[in-house]
Amino acid sequence: MSELGWWGVLIAVAGGAIRVSTPYLFVSLGETLTEKSGRVNLGLEGTLVMGAMSGYAVAYLTGSPWLGALVAGLAGALFGLLHAAVCNLPRVNDVAVGIALFLLGTGLAFYLGKPFIEPVAPRLPHLALGAWSGSPAVRAALEISPLFLVGLVLAPLLAWGLRHTRWGLVVRTVGDNADAARALGYSVERVRALATMAGGFLAGVGGSFLSLYYPGTWNEALSSGQGLMAIALVIFARWNPLACFWVSLLFGGATALGPALQSVGITTNYYLYNAAPYVLTLVLLVASSSTKHRLVGAPSELTISR
Amino acid sequence: MTKRFGELVALDDVSLRLGSGTVHAILGQNGAGKSTLVKCMMGYHRPDHGRLLVDGREQGIANPRQAHRLGFGMVYQHFTLVPSMTAAENLILGRDNLPAVIRWDEERARLEAFQREMPFAIDLDRPVAGLAAGEKQKLEIGKQLFLGRRVLILDEPTSVLTPDEADSILGVMRELAAGGRLTVVLITHKFREVLAFADEVTVLRAGHVVGGGPAATLGRSELVRLMIGSAAIAEPAARATTAPRGAGLELTALSVLNDKGLLAVRVVSLAVAAGEIVGVAGVSGNGQRELVEVLAGQRRPESGTVRVGGEPYRRTRGEMRRHGVFVLAEEPLRNACVPAMSVAENLAFSNFDEPPNTRWGLVVSRRAIERQARALIDRFGITAAGPAARLDTLSGGNVQRTVLARALSGRVATLVAQNPCAGLDVAATAEIRSRMMAARNDGAAVLLLSEDLDELLELADRIVVMFEGRFVYETSRADADVHVIGAHMTSRG
Repeated sequence: MSELGWWGVLIAVAGGAIRVSTPYLFVSLGETLTEKSGRVNLGLEGTLVMGAMSGYAVAYLTGSPWLGALVAGLAGALFGLLHAAVCNLPRVNDVAVGIALFLLGTGLAFYLGKPFIEPVAPRLPHLALGAWSGSPAVRAALEISPLFLVGLVLAPLLAWGLRHTRWGLVVRTVGDNADAARALGYSVERVRALATMAGGFLAGVGGSFLSLYYPGTWNEALSSGQGLMAIALVIFARWNPLACFWVSLLFGGATALGPALQSVGITTNYYLYNAAPYVLTLVLLVASSSTKHRLVGAPSELTISR
Repeated sequence: MTKRFGELVALDDVSLRLGSGTVHAILGQNGAGKSTLVKCMMGYHRPDHGRLLVDGREQGIANPRQAHRLGFGMVYQHFTLVPSMTAAENLILGRDNLPAVIRWDEERARLEAFQREMPFAIDLDRPVAGLAAGEKQKLEIGKQLFLGRRVLILDEPTSVLTPDEADSILGVMRELAAGGRLTVVLITHKFREVLAFADEVTVLRAGHVVGGGPAATLGRSELVRLMIGSAAIAEPAARATTAPRGAGLELTALSVLNDKGLLAVRVVSLAVAAGEIVGVAGVSGNGQRELVEVLAGQRRPESGTVRVGGEPYRRTRGEMRRHGVFVLAEEPLRNACVPAMSVAENLAFSNFDEPPNTRWGLVVSRRAIERQARALIDRFGITAAGPAARLDTLSGGNVQRTVLARALSGRVATLVAQNPCAGLDVAATAEIRSRMMAARNDGAAVLLLSEDLDELLELADRIVVMFEGRFVYETSRADADVHVIGAHMTSRG
C-alpha cells in the first residue's frame, strides 16, 4: 500500500469525482435545459462522441485545444438542431428520434474519426491546485480542469436563469403547458429547438473533455456510456441544475472507484469495481421509482410523464 | 363575419355589437360557433369575410399579440396556467415588455399594488398545481386584469365552479363592467347566468345569429327556443316510485391513493341500493377520479372493500358479467374506448368473448359483432358513417352514446357514471339522463358522480357531497338545497 493507505483511496475517489464528473455535468445540464422545454433528447450519447471526435480533430489540425472544445460544442448544437427539426414535425416521437441520433452520432464519429486515432492532439491545460502537497496522490487529485470550473459556475447560473430571466420562464412554460405558451404568442417549436441546441452544445463540450483532457485520446472505446447515464442522472436530480452538479460528482466518484482501489493495490475483481457507475444508475432509478406515485417535478409536456 | 373550415361553415354572416362597459352573453350549444367567433376576435383564426371595428375604426387582427395590444384578453376553458410555476410567475408571464432579466423586487411591488385593487385575493407564492379549480379560474381572470385588458372574453368560465363561486365571479365581472373598467363577453350555455348577469345576449345556432337583444326582454323559454330551434328534447323519464330493493353497490371504509402517493379517497363508506340513484356532488379533484378508477378496476384500493350484490367485488371480467356492473368514466374517448378501432369493435368490448360473438370459445365472429353494432346504433341513435367507421371520427356526443350503448344494452345491475353529459348538447344530455333514469326504474343501482348540480337534482334520489376525499354531507332529494350543497363543496361547508 502507498504511504497514505486508505486515505489514498478517498483522495483518489475525490479527485476522480472532480475529474470524471465533468462530462456527466455538462451533458446533464444540457439535458436538463432540453427537458425543461418539454423534449427528451436521448441522442446525447451520440452528440457526446461526435463532440469528442470533432474536438480532437480540430485541436490536432489547428493546435488549439480550446478551439477544439468550441467546435465540439458547435457540432453538438448542430446535432441538437437536427433532433429538434425532426421532432418538430407532427406526430414524431422524440424518444425514437433520440435513439436514431445516438446511433448516427456514434457511427459518424467513428467513421470520420478513423484518421485521428493515432495522432496526438494538444490537451486542455489543467490548474495544478495541489502543488503545495508533497504527495503525488494529492497532487494528482487536485489537478482541476478549467472545464470543471466552467461547469461549477454553469450549474447555479442555469438554476438562477430558469427563475430570474424571461427566457427561463418561457422555457419552463413551453415544457409545462405548451398551450399556455401558444396563448402567450410564443412559438413552442422555436423555443424547444433553441433549448435542444443549447443542450447539444453542452453535450458536445462535455465530449471534448473526454478526448482533450481525460482520458485525453481519441478512439472508439472513449465513451463509457456517459451520455446515456446522464439522462438517468437528470431524472434522479429531478430537473434541478444544482442537484445535477452534486449527482455528477457522485457518478464521477463511482467511476473513479476502480482505479482508486487499484492504486492501493487491490487488483482483484477489477471489472466489478469498474461496474460501479452502472450499478449506481440502476440502484438510483429503482430507488426513486414507485408503483404508487408518479415522478414529482417532471415537466408536464415530456413524453415520459404524459 | 364569415369563417369556413373546408366544407364546414362555422360562422355565417355573424354580426355583433359590444357596448363598452356591458356584459354581453353569447349563448349557443356546442358547435354553434361561439368559440370560432371569439377566436376570430382574438386573432387565432382569420375570418374569410367580415370586419372588426374597435371604437368605430377598422382593425385587422392577424395574431393574438395584436389582439392583446388592442386590449382584448380571453380566459379559456382549459387553463393556460403553468402548473409548476407560482401564481406570481404566471401573472408576469404575459407581460409584453418583460425584461430579459427579471427584477423580482419591482415585479413584486407591481403585483402588490395590483392586489390592492383586485376584488378577490390571490396567494402569489403557491405553485399553481396546488390550487383548486375555482382559485385557478380567479387567477386566470386576475391575470387578464393585471395585463390591463379592457375587453375580456370568458369561455364557459363557470363549468368547474360551484354555484356560489360562479355567482361570486360573475358578480365581480358585472361590477367591473358597470364601473367602466371592462367590457365582458360571456360565452355560456347556461340560461341562469345569462338572465342573472348579462346586459345583452346574442344567440347562435349552427353558425347563424338567430336572435338577441337586451337580456331583460328575453325570458328563459324564449332563449331555449332560440338556442335549439324546433328540435324536440326528450322529456325527462318519469321516476318510478318503488322503494329501493336489495343490496346494490357497497363501499366500506374505502381508501385510495392518487398518483402522487397521497390519500385521494379517505375511508369512505356508501351503500347504493338497487333501484336507487345516489348522486355524488363535488368539484373535480376531490377524489372522484380515483374512486371511479377503483370501481372500474383501473386502480387498486389501499384499504377497504367493495361489494356488489352482497358479494365481495374484485373487478374481474367474470364478476362484471355476473353482476352486470358497468362504468361510464369521464372523458370516454380516453378512458373507455380505443379511438383507432371501429364503432362495432368498441361496442363489443364487454361481450366480444361471449356467444354469439365468439364461437367455440375461440373464434370471434365479425358478422355477429357487426349485427350487434347495427342494432345498437339504431336503438341508441349513434350518428356514424357505419359500424366500421373509426371511433375517433365521431363527435363527442356520439362517442358518449356509444359508451352508453355498450353499458345499457345488456342487463345492468350496477351503473357508475361520472360526468356523463359533459360537453354534450341539450338533446343528447336529455336523452342520456332519461336512459339512466330508465335503468334505475328497472332496478339498477346507479352511482352518479357529477359536477353539475342541476343534473344531480334532476336524477338523484340521494345526494352526498365529496370534498377532499370524504363524504361530508348527505341529503335526500326532497330536502336538497343548492346553496347548502354548494357550500359543502368548498371549504366553507
